[in-house]
Amino acid sequence: MSIRISAPDTASRDEIIELKALIQHPMETGYRRNNRGEIIERDIITTFECTYDGDTVFQARFHPGIAANPFLTFYTRATRSGTLEFRWTDQNGQSWSETHSLSVE
Amino acid sequence: MEMMKQDKFNFMLDRRRLLTLGTAGLVCAAFPMSTSAEAADADKAIRDLFGDGELNEGRVTVDLPPIAENGNSVAIKVTVDSPMTQKNHVRRIAIISPRNPLAEVAEFQLGPRAGKAEVATRIRMAGTQTIRAVAEMSDGSLWLGKASTVVTLAACIIG
Repeated sequence: MSIRISAPDTASRDEIIELKALIQHPMETGYRRNNRGEIIERDIITTFECTYDGDTVFQARFHPGIAANPFLTFYTRATRSGTLEFRWTDQNGQSWSETHSLSVE
Repeated sequence: MEMMKQDKFNFMLDRRRLLTLGTAGLVCAAFPMSTSAEAADADKAIRDLFGDGELNEGRVTVDLPPIAENGNSVAIKVTVDSPMTQKNHVRRIAIISPRNPLAEVAEFQLGPRAGKAEVATRIRMAGTQTIRAVAEMSDGSLWLGKASTVVTLAACIIG
């Protein structure tokens, strides 16, 4: 599963930083039919969570109305040097994650 | 000669594009509108998510392109006017569609640590519609913002 994160490596204390997170996923809606007329089963990522040194700073819940390869831009306040973890979980409980180290001066 | 080649190439491209459009149209037609949500479904989705509190207009700005060629992926940005402090911040934001098969599109949980009440993502739009975004503040108040997009290649519920 390909994941792309855009986040600064360094920030000053209390600075509001922009975080971008993208994961490659079809986000199959469950409303489409294949060429034999059968419904293509739903296969979507349902939750996303970003933690900062273990504290949750942002969460998202996705429905089929989110486009394929879900992309998010959100913000957090840089409090101290630490690890940002980005985690996606699909409807079956399978999850994928990526971390990013942030150094705060 | 070079010119002719160019023209032929353009023609083929157009032809292919037309074919694609035509196919998409047929597939769309195969799905009756009854499968899509309506304004009443959007209202219900908001109530299910946020309860029966008063829904105030304002403080929420929804940015969408005025026209989207492809409804399968439309960039949306929701900004809420909030200082995002411990005492006064946005708790939740939901994106609601009155025309997609499912009214709920996404929900976001923020907090004072977000620093800024702004979220952007990409959504599917099953046709021209007015997307709503609702924000729940830390004092429990609910705020509503809207924006419309004309979807030229009706994304229908395909793809």
